[in-house]
Amino acid sequence: MKAKGKKSGSAHSRRSGPDLREVSEILDFMEKHGLEEFEYENGNFHVRLRKAQPHSSMPFRAVHSAPEIIEAQPSAVSTTAPEQGASAPPLESLDKNLHVIKSPIVGTFYSSPTPSADPFVRAGDHVKSGQVLCIIEAMKLMNEIEADVAGEVMRVFVENGQPVEYGEPLFAIHPSRKQ
Amino acid sequence: MFRKILIANRGEIALRVLCACQEMGIQTVAVYSEADRNSLHVRFADESVCIGPARSSESYLNIPHVISAAEITNVEAIHPGYGFLSENANFAEVCEASHITFIGPSPEVIRMMGEKDRARREMGAAGLPIIPGSPGVVPDEDTALKLAGEIGYPVLIKAAEGGGGRGMRVVHEKGELISAFQTARNESQQAFGSANVYLEKLIERPRHIEFQVIGDRRGNVMHLRERECSIQRRHQKIIEESPSPVLDAKTRDEMGTRVAKALAKIGYSSAGTVEFLRDEASGKMYFIEVNARIQVEHPVTEMISGVDLVKAQIRLAAGEKLDDVIGKPRFHGHAIECRINAEDPDTFAPSAGRITAFRVPGGPGIRVDTALYSEAVVPPYYDSLVAKLIALGDDRAEAIARMSRALDQFVIEGIKTSISLHKKILEDPDFIAGRFDTHFLDRYEAVAAR
Repeated sequence: MKAKGKKSGSAHSRRSGPDLREVSEILDFMEKHGLEEFEYENGNFHVRLRKAQPHSSMPFRAVHSAPEIIEAQPSAVSTTAPEQGASAPPLESLDKNLHVIKSPIVGTFYSSPTPSADPFVRAGDHVKSGQVLCIIEAMKLMNEIEADVAGEVMRVFVENGQPVEYGEPLFAIHPSRKQ
Repeated sequence: MFRKILIANRGEIALRVLCACQEMGIQTVAVYSEADRNSLHVRFADESVCIGPARSSESYLNIPHVISAAEITNVEAIHPGYGFLSENANFAEVCEASHITFIGPSPEVIRMMGEKDRARREMGAAGLPIIPGSPGVVPDEDTALKLAGEIGYPVLIKAAEGGGGRGMRVVHEKGELISAFQTARNESQQAFGSANVYLEKLIERPRHIEFQVIGDRRGNVMHLRERECSIQRRHQKIIEESPSPVLDAKTRDEMGTRVAKALAKIGYSSAGTVEFLRDEASGKMYFIEVNARIQVEHPVTEMISGVDLVKAQIRLAAGEKLDDVIGKPRFHGHAIECRINAEDPDTFAPSAGRITAFRVPGGPGIRVDTALYSEAVVPPYYDSLVAKLIALGDDRAEAIARMSRALDQFVIEGIKTSISLHKKILEDPDFIAGRFDTHFLDRYEAVAAR
């Protein structure tokens, strides 16, 4: 709570310097009334006292422009299951040598060619360049997504039946030297 | 009423549609390109789906990606905004085939209005005055002379297969016609591989006046008066206002009624704008085209009528009756809109970058539609409109005063904007007097060229 006080009248009485007794009185006054800031002027004596804020370092004129907007966050389709990748290391911390295959379209990810069949690939499998890794269904069309490198599938980021957006990471492949 | 709507657009209009949805309790899905990851409408939407890289053709114009996003989020309707897919009849058809309501006119109407020649014929047949011109291609000099005489000079010879000013000639009098006709044909042949040209009456001091229309899906169409958009640069509107300083009440009512009738005849629904050119010399108005979508400048009409056009579009698309949605609006006052672009106010060169300071003006009679915020990055991939500033006053003078004051208080730093150009225009005595046509901004073009 802030308040401003001005002592009027009895003007022009000159003061030679800060009168600590007056300051002390003001501090008591502030404490008594729970004030955080107090400004006092009397002739040449002008003092502003602000109570120390141990936890809040926010200046009074902080610009609050919805700070969560400023922060860049990786986006995700917010319809995805929250458990996806919750315990797995985030994408950024993965080995830089890994080649991440991202979805080139928007649609629904299917790990197998048909609901009853085995998945195209699993983590640990070795794949050749051009090999079909999954199907993404978009507008009733089944699109086969192929590996563009040969190597070992290190991680599968998405689950069968999950909606995926453009750019969504699907597989991390450790490229092998022989193609 | 729809439970969930996908907004197939970006920037300020996406935010505008989102506002209407939120106010109606409708869930929203935002789609965005990688360049728009941090944009406001994405942040505020209930769900969001990335649909492609920055390039519009691979994201906002990518029909399979947009439809796919609509499918995986299970929306019931799509609002296309303006630009992008809003006047793509094919997209409207795909929506229908996917059992998603397209919030706009029917694909057939969109297609009709998209073929400008056909739109002119249909609107002419439906009773709107069209620019006098040749019925089609002018085959020879004798026909050219005869037609030009009927149309009345000055006339414009235009290439049938192209534009950009090539194969175009202005003819002020009979004696010049033959040689102009020949030159235009030659130029057209060179530029477009076809010598076909047609004739049109030239309107030397045209004023751009357009009518806002809105219709339900039961054949009812009404107009919501006009907007004047003569302050343009290279056919891009910069300032719009309503009412037009030159239109009298009688003309407004008559033309508005004719427009509504014509559109009802061809089965128009949702929001749209019917554009005219008004010949200063004669006061006659000539139909140019129909924009079968919500327009950038729709807030001008919203301010003077109290109608929320986007909500109306949604309700009408959901099947409500026009009478229930619009009723009898009460028009009041004068509204002006300035389109604030991210560009150099003198050279008009586009300006992209990070916003370092942003303060939006407020106070009585001021509305700001923008998706900008402090620290936002204006990407270079899309059009340069960054904010719409609208002022409403009891009369035109007050609207101008409010707009001027608001422009002074609008702080956008980090990029260049057209704010100072708008200020200049508002201080121009001709603008203040309502004395202008579509050539008005030429006077500032000369400055830029130096």
